[in-house]
Amino acid sequence: MKIHEYQAKEILGRSGIPVPKGQLVTSPDEAAKASQRIDGPPWVVKAQVHAGGRGKGGGVKVVKDPGEVVSVTESLLKASLVTPQTGPEGVKVHKVLVEEGVNIVKELYLGMVVDRKIGQPTMIFSQAGGMEIEEVAKETPELIWKEGVDPATGWLPYQSRNLIYRLNPVPSAAVVKQLSSLMGNLYKVFNTLDCSLVEINPLVITADDQVLAVDAKINLDDNALFRQKEMMALDDPSEEDPLELMAKEVHLNYIRLDGNIGAMVNGAGLAMATMDLIKAAGAEPANFLDVGGGANEEMISQGFGIILKDPRVKAILVNIFGGILRCDVLARGVVAAAEKNQIEVPLIVRLEGTNVEEGRKILKESDLTFLLASNLAEAAEHVAEQVKGKN
Amino acid sequence: MSILVDENSRIVVQGMTGREGTFHTQQMLAYGTKVAGGVSPGKGGQAVEGVPVFNTVREAVEKEGANVAVIFVPPPFAADAVLESISNGIKVIVCITEGIPTLDMVKVSRCLKGTDTVLIGPNCPGIISPGKTKVGIMPGNIHKPGHMAVISRSGTLTYEVVYQLTQVGMGQSTCIGIGGDPIIGSTFIDHLKRFQEDPDTEGVVLIGEIGGTAEEEAAKFIEASFTKPVVAFIAGQTAPPGKRMGHAGAIISGGQGKAEDKIKALEQAGITVAPSLSHLGQTALDVMKNA
Repeated sequence: MKIHEYQAKEILGRSGIPVPKGQLVTSPDEAAKASQRIDGPPWVVKAQVHAGGRGKGGGVKVVKDPGEVVSVTESLLKASLVTPQTGPEGVKVHKVLVEEGVNIVKELYLGMVVDRKIGQPTMIFSQAGGMEIEEVAKETPELIWKEGVDPATGWLPYQSRNLIYRLNPVPSAAVVKQLSSLMGNLYKVFNTLDCSLVEINPLVITADDQVLAVDAKINLDDNALFRQKEMMALDDPSEEDPLELMAKEVHLNYIRLDGNIGAMVNGAGLAMATMDLIKAAGAEPANFLDVGGGANEEMISQGFGIILKDPRVKAILVNIFGGILRCDVLARGVVAAAEKNQIEVPLIVRLEGTNVEEGRKILKESDLTFLLASNLAEAAEHVAEQVKGKN
Repeated sequence: MSILVDENSRIVVQGMTGREGTFHTQQMLAYGTKVAGGVSPGKGGQAVEGVPVFNTVREAVEKEGANVAVIFVPPPFAADAVLESISNGIKVIVCITEGIPTLDMVKVSRCLKGTDTVLIGPNCPGIISPGKTKVGIMPGNIHKPGHMAVISRSGTLTYEVVYQLTQVGMGQSTCIGIGGDPIIGSTFIDHLKRFQEDPDTEGVVLIGEIGGTAEEEAAKFIEASFTKPVVAFIAGQTAPPGKRMGHAGAIISGGQGKAEDKIKALEQAGITVAPSLSHLGQTALDVMKNA
């Protein structure tokens, strides 16, 4: 789960990681008040959206007078923000963060993720702050330093020193001390809140030797939300695609894509491979939908309904390898969905595995019009035929 | 032969009295798996399909000689179940549970270090040595005893591949689903090493997907020290970056984990990568014929 910058900064601020003074606003009026309450000039006005690359999309502005705080807020709230990560349609901005500007002397990078290779949370620190860390890793990997954390001991003070004393030049004693405690606190946040990512980029040193988290990003482990009830309240449904949200409510894995072939598959790996198959057939998948191993008739029906709600869908491919999910259950779900919704696009079904004969029989005896593929190659051919001349 | 599990494996099912645990106990017994006991805290003394249920793994080991564990415990308690089996000296643990918090797996992975326990999963279909034993949730009837090994990060995709292998007449020695989570107990390389030593395995089908760099590492290992033919397939060639594709581990992040990079690494190591899932069985057959 992603949360907003202002939420991440609230968490860091109360966990001993200093952040600039700021206020969240949702209207130009509130922005005017915020500009009086917060020291400036300058002020920084930042659109609060989950998508990255806000700076490049014009979602972050440094302004010199209170009037500009208001006008920039107004324009951010009015238009859609397009960033390298949003797609051309952009995202609507509902909230804006107004912050004090700070006098930056040096920009650093500090982050923590779980390193899959060593199976441990890993602190990442770099002298090259303010840039995309992936770019730094590619161009100048020697400027990125890492320390894995043993869960038995937690973050240890020497590990902070290992990272900080690589800075060249070594910062003042006051800064070293702040950085050191900040790293310990960052691990605490990561560990106690079940984060999958905490990123402070840039972490800045100011002219008066203060260390501040000028930007902050926190992603939470979806699997751990059951024990992070407070964090669940930070979820912002307005950031999500309406169809994805609908799927989430019925516990289905659905991701909207750009194509026009709707797909319903059981199992994530098979769903990905089916998307690839659609593409290889010369078409583009409209979605990823994994109904999971243990789906029931109701979930299948809901999932099928979600695909049908997508107006771009020009054909549907159902690919099920029955294991725990039996083919007859799948067939009943599809038939139930077809009774509730008008299916106006060609439907291609490929069933294999547990109770396959019964599943095929249920489909054949229903009023559904569909093409039954006896194997994957045939399913792909059918899909290709459907999109011929339509792209 | 086969690796890790065979007809002598005595299984303890952790979470046996739950819906999934009970269903798959029945399925495993029907396949011929020796299910020695079950564990469900507070339900000791009961039985499922005539198999005794205990309160602790310790009892299942002491009284029934269990040496392989399969876990159907819900996510909040699954890591504890793995740790319980590790501490009781169980040598092979198969964790089916999907949705375990990553930081719980960090602890498990730390506790596995220095032991000779092999953890398969979590978030996996399990392991099967066809004709001998099935420890997991895969449909047994699509398998056939033979000489191809299968290692995969996926569940149903593995069934698809196994089904195709069986269709073209290629049986399997052992098939392992290593799991779709970011932190898993054992990797492609761990199992490749075992298959290298297994005289009954003549070739390997390796099924990867986007996310992480496990396939790239496997490619390096195969090039340097694996002598049997390998056929690979990578799912997620059309997956967009930044989105979690069902599996918690299947996400392209920071430019890493892309299907094209994995395919390139495998091909550079001299491994045949099947271009399409629909012809994987045939590709495997061709590779083994020319080997």
